[in-house]
Order: sequence, then C-alpha cells, then structure tokens
Amino acid sequence: MAINNSNKSKIIYTALAWSISGMIFFPILWTLLTSFKTEAEAISASPSLFMFDWTLENYSDVLARSSYFNHFWNSVVISIGSSLLGLLIAVPAAWSMAFVQTKRTKHLLMWMLSTKMLPPVGVLIPIYLIFRDFGLLDTKLGLVIVMTLVNLPIMVWMLYTYFREIPHEILEASRMDGCTISEEIFHVLLPLALPGIASTLLLNVILAWNEAFWTLILTAADAAPLTAFIASYSSPEGLFYAKLSAASVMAIVPILILGWFSQKQLVRGLSFGAVK
Amino acid sequence: MGSITLKQVTKNFGDVNVIKPLDLQIHDGEFIVFVGPSGCGKSTLLRMIAGLEDTTSGNIDIDGQDATHTPPAKRGLAMVFQSYALYPHMSVRNNIAFPLKRAKVSPKEIAEKIASAAKILNLGDYLDRKPGQLSGGQRQRVAIGRAIVRQPSAFLFDEPLSNLDASLRVNMRLEISELHKSLATTMVYVTHDQVEAMTMADRIAVFNAGVIEQVGTPLELYQRPVNRFVAGFIGSPKMNFIDVEAGDDSVSSIGVRPEHISLSENSGKWLGRVGVIEHLGSETFLHVHVDKVGTLTVKAGGDCPLEYGDDVYLNVTPDKTLRFDKNGLTLPPMPVKEQFSKPFTNQSAPASLGTESK
Repeated sequence: MAINNSNKSKIIYTALAWSISGMIFFPILWTLLTSFKTEAEAISASPSLFMFDWTLENYSDVLARSSYFNHFWNSVVISIGSSLLGLLIAVPAAWSMAFVQTKRTKHLLMWMLSTKMLPPVGVLIPIYLIFRDFGLLDTKLGLVIVMTLVNLPIMVWMLYTYFREIPHEILEASRMDGCTISEEIFHVLLPLALPGIASTLLLNVILAWNEAFWTLILTAADAAPLTAFIASYSSPEGLFYAKLSAASVMAIVPILILGWFSQKQLVRGLSFGAVK
Repeated sequence: MGSITLKQVTKNFGDVNVIKPLDLQIHDGEFIVFVGPSGCGKSTLLRMIAGLEDTTSGNIDIDGQDATHTPPAKRGLAMVFQSYALYPHMSVRNNIAFPLKRAKVSPKEIAEKIASAAKILNLGDYLDRKPGQLSGGQRQRVAIGRAIVRQPSAFLFDEPLSNLDASLRVNMRLEISELHKSLATTMVYVTHDQVEAMTMADRIAVFNAGVIEQVGTPLELYQRPVNRFVAGFIGSPKMNFIDVEAGDDSVSSIGVRPEHISLSENSGKWLGRVGVIEHLGSETFLHVHVDKVGTLTVKAGGDCPLEYGDDVYLNVTPDKTLRFDKNGLTLPPMPVKEQFSKPFTNQSAPASLGTESK
C-alpha cells in the first residue's frame, strides 16, 4: 500500500511538474512553430499546432530583408563587451567590499541593489540627453556603457557573495608571500573564485543579450542588437507574426545554445556557497 | 638576524582597546610562545608583527629597523596559519614556490629550495599533489615548507596545530622544535595550549586581556609565577587555589599544584572524599572534596587504588606552595613552619599512597 501511495504521489508530482514546465515553455514552442507557418496560418482563427504546411520562407525572408548578422554581431559586442567591462569594475569593487569592509559597506551594497528596483524609465530622459550630447546614440560603445552600468550592481553583489566564501587567511598568506593587491587578486582570488566569476559573466551576457528597453531607445540602425531586430518586425505596416517569430527564434537560439552548454556552470555558480 | 622589539605597542578595534601599551624584546634565534586564553590579544599581536593588522600606536622594530608601517611582504617574516592557508588551486610544489616566484628567484634556485624543503619536511612524494589530497599534518608541513624557503628572519606561527588530532599534534610539536634547533631562526608561536607552550618555548609570554602578565622560561613561570593568573594558567592540571580568611597578614589565597599534594590513608592535614577519578595510565587525577576548602585536584601515580567515595587524607609539600595577596600578586615565600597555619588542622606526617611528590 505504502509503495502504491508513494507511486501515486510520484505520478501526480511528475504530471504537475510537466504541466508547469509546459506552461513556461509554451510561448517558446508557439514562437518556434509559428516561425514555420505562413503569415495566413499564423493569424488563422483556428490555428493548428502541428498540422500545417511547414515552410522556411519566413527565415529566408528575414535574412533577405534584414541584416541579421549585423544585429547578431552588435548583440555579441554589446553583451560580451559590457560583461567584460563590468567584471573589470566589479572585481575590485567586490574585493574591497568583501575584504576591506567599513561600517558603510552593507549600506553601499543595499544602495547599489536598490538602483535595480528603480524603473529604468525614471532615468530615461537624463540618459538620453547625455547620450545625445556625447554622440553616443546608436553606437555600440554607448550600449556597452549603459549595459555595464545597468548590470553592475548585480555583478558586484554576485562577486561579493563568492569572495566572502574565500578564506581570508589565504589572501593574507599571499600578502605575506610578497603579493601586491593586484597580484593577490590575479594569482589567488580570481582562480579560487573562478566558478563564481564564470557564472557572473554568463548571467550578465544573457541579461545584456536580452535587454530590450535601452537598446530600443538608444539605437536605431547601426548599433541595433537582435532585440531591436525583433521589434523591427512589429512595424506600422502591420504585424507579421510568422516573420516576427522567425526573427525571434533567430535571436534567441544563440543565447539558448550558450545557456544549454553552460547550464552546469550557471547552476554551480548560482548555488556557490549555499551549501558548505 | 631575527630580533623583534615591541615598544609601547597598542591596538584598538574601533573603541575597543585589545592591546594595552606593551613592551617586549624577542631575541635573535629564540623560540618565544605567546600563550593565553581566547580573546586575550595574542593572535592580534602576532598579526601586528606580521603587518596584517595596523598598529594603533607604538613601534615595531625588526632587526633594529622600524617596521611599524612596512607592508607584510617587506618585513622578512614568514607566517604559518592555523588553517594552513595553502593555495588550493596550486600543487604542493607551486605552493612552496609561490613566495620565491614573487621574489623573482631564478627557476634553478627555486627547484633547489623546493628539494631542500621537501627533504627537511618529508614532502618529496607529495610535491605534485594538490592540498586537497593531503592529510592535515601534510598540509601543515607544506605551509611550513612555504615559510622555510623564504629564509625569513623570523617565523610566525598562529596556532598551527589547533586543527590537528592529538597524536599528530604531538608529532608536529616535535617536528617544529627540531626545525627550530636546525634552522636556529627566531620563532614566535601563538597557542592557547599551555602544554605546547611549556614543551616548545625558550621563553613564554603569558597574555591576559591585552597585557603580558609575565615573560620567562617555562620553569620560571611554573616555579615563580608573578600572579595568580599565571600560576593558574601554567601547569596541567591547573593549580588549586584555596582562599584564606582575611587576617593580619596580606595573604588572600594560597596555591598548590596537584603534583605537590600527597595522599594518605591514615593521617594528613585535610580529610577529603574522593570524587571523580581520571585514569590516564601513567598517572591519575583525583578530584577530592575537602570541607571548608573546596575541591582539590590531586595528581597521583597510575596505580592509585582509591575509588569514588573513599575518604583520604591530603598533605601538601610546604615549600612548593604559593601565596597571593588580594590583588592576585604572588607574595614572597614564608618560612616553612608558618605555612598553612589557617587551613591546616592536622600536622602529622603523611604516609605515601601512590602519589608523585616533587
């Protein structure tokens, strides 16, 4: 009886888990399927899930009409560039907060985090004006700067958490062994915090890749990444669901592949220090 | 060279004064142990000598040079930490080579020094392993190896044996003492374990609440402690203290070590009842309850036949007792015939009952 009850609850929980996963995954599945439909089927009143005429026409149209690879390259430069620049600033910041704490370190960390609670639209006008005056509108450099600043609090927080897990005595030993602060960071701290640094980098690449608010506002054509490329299919001429879906699939596939291959690293990094 | 001089050194953490103005001269080549209870400031002082903590006021001279504000790496000192503090991502070889690489020593010389340290510390078979693949004792040896290769003017040890099990601790104690004899380099060693202090030190500095209570050789501290704190801290088991009723003289309490009390079945100064007995094989510790005196610890031979609840007479070796005034300071010894006139009731000579009397 006990085994039966246990099996029954196992089945119920498994079904529940699959249902929730299905609900989460459905929009992506819908986008994927729609990208292979004609525009007529995509807006049909009685859409079919799988039984339709599969076509690659949308993909060829999208590739023909837009410079996908330019947008892709912009996304790569903006997401990786902002993540690397962010690391360059966040590593020393997190080091000082973790190892040279003052009375106000905790307050500073909370303040940094609170900037993430602020709706971005609240600072839209000053940032837009600054970008305009410095000639940064529609430039990859401008986007790298803004993405770095947007994600910096998260990077500092994540690295601070990882650094706190590293025994202070190891860093002191390196100081006794003749390391300067930069040598201490490069030779001892960074290798020890590598899993955390890798997951911070990956998470920020993903966040920057998916960022739409700032990319849509601060870019037009030259520096537009894939998020702007998707939005360009929602034009005043009308909504082209199938082409929009094809563009979306082409935008999310690279980051999905990256996420798939780095999932172990991401999970390991995000749970770093949770269990001793 | 490896002399260290502390002049009126103090340390504050915020408003808390953890090291009160303190002077200490550590001689070249000596093995000095800082001992004291947790939180007494001994590790803080060691870290101040290392340069890992700022000095609030006063001066630290190393080999005659003012090093108060010199960075840790430039002080010519090496430190061995309680947690070993090895670099887990590097092999044993690279751990030992690390300070030499930082000092831009040639690869040939690094290889020679690693070989020499590995030979001294029996690490030859483990050079290519990572610290995670070593036992506690081996890790501590690597940490010492990393310190040795730098040929420092002094070694600083911060409770290096605390994480080891009891038997390994005894072995490592001997190894560190051997190392001191062979290298003849100054060693400053922090511990809360008075046995480590007594067995290893040339001199011991006993710390209490941020001050040094006494500095001296192990036997000086054991035989002539300056106050009740040092008398109680040095010696295992601890000294027995017996409060004396206030009288004309200034004696507030007397101290007698467990090894200076003998047991007798027939006669003695105090009659007591045996409480807990701790058999250690070669010796026995008895906790004897004596009316109006309290519980006294007595060190007897390993073959002591007494059992829990037995009545027994206690006798004290008179010239081995200490007297303390109301401030806890040790008073000069009294003539033998005057000792214990208050607490003693029966002055007959003791009969032996397997005790070790010194």
